[in-house]
Amino acid sequence: MAIVSTSEFKSGLKVMFDNDPCVIIENQFVKPGKGQAFSRVKIRNLLTGRVIERTFKSGETLETADIVDTDMQYVYGDGEYWHFMTSETFEQYTADATAMGDAAKWVKGQEECVITLWNGKPIAVTPPNFVVLTITETDPGVRGDTSGGGGKPATLETGAVVRVPLFVDQGEMIKVDTRTGEYAARVKD
Amino acid sequence: MSNHITQAYPKSAAIRGADDWAPTASLEHLKARAALLAAVRAFFAARGVWEVDTPVLSAATTPDCHIDSFETLYHGPGAGAGRRLYLQTSPEYAMKRLLAAGSGPIYQLGKVFRNGESGQWHNPEFTMLEWYRPGFSYVALMDEVEALVRSVLPIPAADRITYRMAFLRHAGIDPSLATTAQLAEQCAPFGIQGGADVDDRDFWLDVLMSHRVAPALRGGPPVFIHEFPASQAMLARLLPDDPSVAERFEFYIDGVEIANGYGELGSGRETHERLMTEQRRRKRHGGAAIAVDARLIAALQESFPDCAGVALGVDRLLMLAVNASAIDEVVAFPIERA
Repeated sequence: MAIVSTSEFKSGLKVMFDNDPCVIIENQFVKPGKGQAFSRVKIRNLLTGRVIERTFKSGETLETADIVDTDMQYVYGDGEYWHFMTSETFEQYTADATAMGDAAKWVKGQEECVITLWNGKPIAVTPPNFVVLTITETDPGVRGDTSGGGGKPATLETGAVVRVPLFVDQGEMIKVDTRTGEYAARVKD
Repeated sequence: MSNHITQAYPKSAAIRGADDWAPTASLEHLKARAALLAAVRAFFAARGVWEVDTPVLSAATTPDCHIDSFETLYHGPGAGAGRRLYLQTSPEYAMKRLLAAGSGPIYQLGKVFRNGESGQWHNPEFTMLEWYRPGFSYVALMDEVEALVRSVLPIPAADRITYRMAFLRHAGIDPSLATTAQLAEQCAPFGIQGGADVDDRDFWLDVLMSHRVAPALRGGPPVFIHEFPASQAMLARLLPDDPSVAERFEFYIDGVEIANGYGELGSGRETHERLMTEQRRRKRHGGAAIAVDARLIAALQESFPDCAGVALGVDRLLMLAVNASAIDEVVAFPIERA
């Protein structure tokens, strides 16, 4: 991997820090008129999601991390691993529960996800911003109430639980925003 | 169909941005810059300080180990093989040669250059206002800095606090008594990465100054921090009754360093020693050697008035005046578009 110095630091740069792959999310150049220059950096650990702040003396270096975001289709889950396939080369990758994180709540199959690979291994999975899923269990709908106020919990076919408006029924399909985990709309087929 | 057109469009052009030619500062801000320069000139005209215009290219530059000078080569009559010249990092040496020649009070508004400095508050080329006042103490010069800034910026009266008090108050440590190890310990929360000069006291003081003291000044009144440690005297005189500190001040507005001034060291011999010390420090840090400016030393030895001098960052003053959050908002074409 390449070596980058503080002058090449910028947000979005993937680097190795404390032996983990990280992404720089903020980089500020600090220098008194007379005195030492620094880069004050915010770094997110891509394995743990933790954000830390560090100060680098100007000229210090880090190794870049071999991180690639790839579009892949979720094919199936075997109970322990989630299997993905690239759409162009049909290469297969398996993600474990740690890499899946919250994404496991939103996928049932066929979804186009973004898989973050570190040294060719999936370390994070980003589901589509919106997914359409069937409600498998919720309290009976209240007809005529389309205000959307209040709401009730609904279990989806993937096992995820989201709050839905009172008028939505079991067996119906809804669109969910995976970034917030919130109900977005009812889907009629 | 529309999809097809989008894909055919060259991606690099989209990334670079169609407005890459345009100034990053609004015309309104650029007009505010013009007004600020005019106000500065009027301020000094009214006080009998005259404007000088010294070369940007110079055979000499500062050996300051934290300042990286741009270099270029001059080819022409008298320099067939090419002669190395530096872009000035400040007009200090040239203006001091004018003072030695008997100029009296002088100021200069112009471009200075520092390699490697780019960020929210930095551009490698920036506008500096520098002035010298024969007969002024550095305390009287702080008054004048305040008067100038308050004539262009609606700020309250400035506080004055010694470097030592500023550290006691905002960094919780006494910079004159603390051991280097204690200073380093105080810096632990900032996770300083690699190559930290553990034995370099001034390194840790710089960390605390930029990470603790300056941020603590945000939101408060403007502040002059004065009496810097002798190890950071640069070319300032040491205080006659306390040579552990120097007649050096920095002016902070809302936590931003705006100006740096000295009761000027007049002795050629002592200036030479200071520059040689900086030279050795520079070598320890792996920097290229930079010759001490023989013309500056000769000028000081000839005759130099008792005086105080200060350099002020015009771009930063303008940022505060128009409430800009980045230097790009007040510079027509920052380095990325230069």
